Amino acid sequence: MRFLSKLLFIFTIMLFAGMASSSSFAKTVKVGVVLPMTGPIASFGQSAWKGVKIARSLEPTVLNGRKLKLILLDNKGDKVETANAVSRLIFDNKVSAVIGAVASGNTMSGAPIAEKAHVAMLTPASTNPLVTKGMKYISRVCFIDPFQGKVAAEYVYNNLHAKTAAVVVDMAQDYSVGLARFFMKTYRKLGGKIVARTFMQTGDVDFSAQIAVIKSHHPDVIYMPTYYQSLALFARQARQFGLKQTIMAGDGASEEALIKVGGKAVNGLTFTNHFDPKATATPLGKKFVKLYKTKYHEDPSAMAALGADAYFVMADAINRAGSTNRKKINTAVRATKDFKGVTGIITLVNGDPVKSAVIQKVENGKFVYVTTINP
Amino acid sequence: MNFTEVIQQLVNGISLGSLYGLVAIGYTMIYGVLRLINFAHGDVMMVGTYIALFAVTTFLLPWWAAFILAMVLTAFLGIAIDTIAYKPLRKASRISSLITAIGVSFLLENLFLVLFGGVPKAFPIPKIFAGNFNVGGVILPVVNIFAPILALVFLFILLQLLHHTKYGMAMRSLSLDIETTRLMGVNVDAVISLVFAIGSALAAAGGIMWALKYPSLNPLMGILPGLKAFAAAVLGGIGDVAGAAIGGFIIGISEILVVALFPELAGYKDALAFLILILVLLFKPTGIMGKNLGGRF
Repeated sequence: MRFLSKLLFIFTIMLFAGMASSSSFAKTVKVGVVLPMTGPIASFGQSAWKGVKIARSLEPTVLNGRKLKLILLDNKGDKVETANAVSRLIFDNKVSAVIGAVASGNTMSGAPIAEKAHVAMLTPASTNPLVTKGMKYISRVCFIDPFQGKVAAEYVYNNLHAKTAAVVVDMAQDYSVGLARFFMKTYRKLGGKIVARTFMQTGDVDFSAQIAVIKSHHPDVIYMPTYYQSLALFARQARQFGLKQTIMAGDGASEEALIKVGGKAVNGLTFTNHFDPKATATPLGKKFVKLYKTKYHEDPSAMAALGADAYFVMADAINRAGSTNRKKINTAVRATKDFKGVTGIITLVNGDPVKSAVIQKVENGKFVYVTTINP
Repeated sequence: MNFTEVIQQLVNGISLGSLYGLVAIGYTMIYGVLRLINFAHGDVMMVGTYIALFAVTTFLLPWWAAFILAMVLTAFLGIAIDTIAYKPLRKASRISSLITAIGVSFLLENLFLVLFGGVPKAFPIPKIFAGNFNVGGVILPVVNIFAPILALVFLFILLQLLHHTKYGMAMRSLSLDIETTRLMGVNVDAVISLVFAIGSALAAAGGIMWALKYPSLNPLMGILPGLKAFAAAVLGGIGDVAGAAIGGFIIGISEILVVALFPELAGYKDALAFLILILVLLFKPTGIMGKNLGGRF
C-alpha cells in the first residue's frame, strides 16, 4: 500500500510537471517528421534524421524566438505506416507542417491526407514526378527522376561508352519503376539498346536468377535504380557469378551501408546523387558539413543533406509565413525562391526544384566525387 | 536459355531451397509434437545469425566456434521461449498458442530493432566460404555447395535420432498423444524442450548459411524466409521432417525458375511460395509426405 501511494505521488508530480512544461512551451511551433527509422531503407531515415537534427541545432527557432519542435514518427519504409503516421501528426499532434517521407511510394501514400487537410508536406528525397503532380500541398527539395534518369543515361552512353544495357527494376518502388523508365527513354533516344529487363522486390536477397538472365545477354552496363541494400547484395552476387560490368544506380545507392554490406563487390558502382560534401558551394552547406563532421565524425550523406534542406526550407517558409497557419506556411513553402540550401540553390516551381546532380562512384570502399551535371 | 544457364539456374534453386529446407525442418518438428505453428521460428533464425555475427566480430571467435556457439545459444533460446511463452498454454486452446507465437515473433523483432537498430549489418564471410568453383561455365559458390550438404547431413542425423533412439521414440510418441506418453513415464516437458532446442539450433544453422549467402543482417530478416519455410513445411506435409526438406527444395527451385523463365514476373516470385501453399491446402491438405493419421514423423 505504501508503495502504491508513493507511486501515486510520483505520478501526480509528473502530471504537474508535465502541465507546467506544456504551458511554458505553448509557443513552440510543431513540425511533424515522417522517416523510415527501421525496415529495409532504415539507413535513409537515420541519415535524414541526423541531417534534420544538425539543421535544427543551427537554426533552433522560428518566428522571432519560438522554438521549432519536431515530432518524429517511424514509417518503417512502409506505405500504410506512412499514411497512418501522417494522419497521426496532422490530426492528433496538430502539427503545422510535415517533413517526409523518403521513398516516393511512401510519400505518395501519405500525400493525399496532407493534401486534404491542407497541410504542407515537404519531402527531402522523393524523386518520382508523381509525388507532387496535381498536388497543392506537397513539395520537395530534391531533383526529380526524369532529370536523374536522363543524367544517368547520358553518362553511361557518352562517358562509359556503353551501347547495350540491362535494367533491374524494383517493382515494389514507384521510385525504381519511374527512374528505370526515364533512363530507358533517354538511353534509347541516344542510340543505346536495352538487352534485358528484369525485376525484383524490396527485401529480396537472392538475385542469382536475375543475374543468370542478365549474363546470357552480355550487356555493357547494368542499370539498377534501387535502394542500397538490394544493390549491395546484387553486386556481391553479380561479381560472384562473374558479371564484371559497371553497375549504374540512382540516388538510392547513396548510403554507407552500401559499402559495409557490399564490400569489395561495390567498387566501381557509379550513381547519380544530390550532393557531395566536397562540392558544397553555399555558406550554409559548408557550415552544415563542418558541424555534421564534428558531431558524427563522418561525412554527411546526400540523405542527411536533403534532410537538412527540408528543415531549412521549412523554417524559412514558417518565418516568411509569419504565423503557424497551415495554409500560409504551405503558400510560403511553395513560394521558396533562390534559397541557398545545403544541396544547392532551391527555387520551387509547383513544388519541384530545378537543381544540379552529381555523379559519384565507389572506389576502394569510399564514395568519390566524379562530376557535377547542371540541368 | 542455353544448357549452361539451365544448369546454373537449377543449382541456384537447389542452394536456395536447402536454406528454406533447414528452416522448415524446425517448423515441422515443433508442429509434429505440439500441433503448434511456431511463427517465431523465422525470428529465432534471425537471433541465431546475430549471435554468430557478434561472436565473430565482437568476441573474435574463429568462425566454426562462432557457428557452434550460435547454434547452442539459439537452442537455449528455443527452450526459453517454450518454457516462458508456450508451456503455460499447453492445455489452452490451440489458437491461444498460435497468437502467443505471433507475439513472440513481434517481441524478438522489435527487441532487436531497439537493441541494434534497423540499419543492416554486414556479415563477415570466412575465407573458406568466399570462393567459388567454375564447372564448365556453371558457377558454384562454396556456400551454395555447403548449404545443401549441411541440410542433408542434418536431415540424416535427425532421422536417425527420431527412429533409432529413445528420445526419438518419445518424440514420435508425443506426436501421437501427449497424455498417454506422460502416463508411460516419459518426461514430456524435457522431450518437448529437446524438440525446441533441435528446431531452434537448425534455424540458427539455416540462418548462418543464409547470412553467408546474403550477408546483410537486420532484425526483420527472418520474416520472409520464415513464411516461405512454413509454406515449404506445409507443402511437404507439415509434421514430416523429410517432407519439410523436400518442400524447401521445391519452393526454392520454383522461385528461381520463375525468374529464369519469366524475367518480367520476377517481382512476383515471393507470391509464388504462397500460391503453392494455397494450392496445396486446396488440393492436398496433407502435403506430399503427409499421412492423414493422428501421428506424424
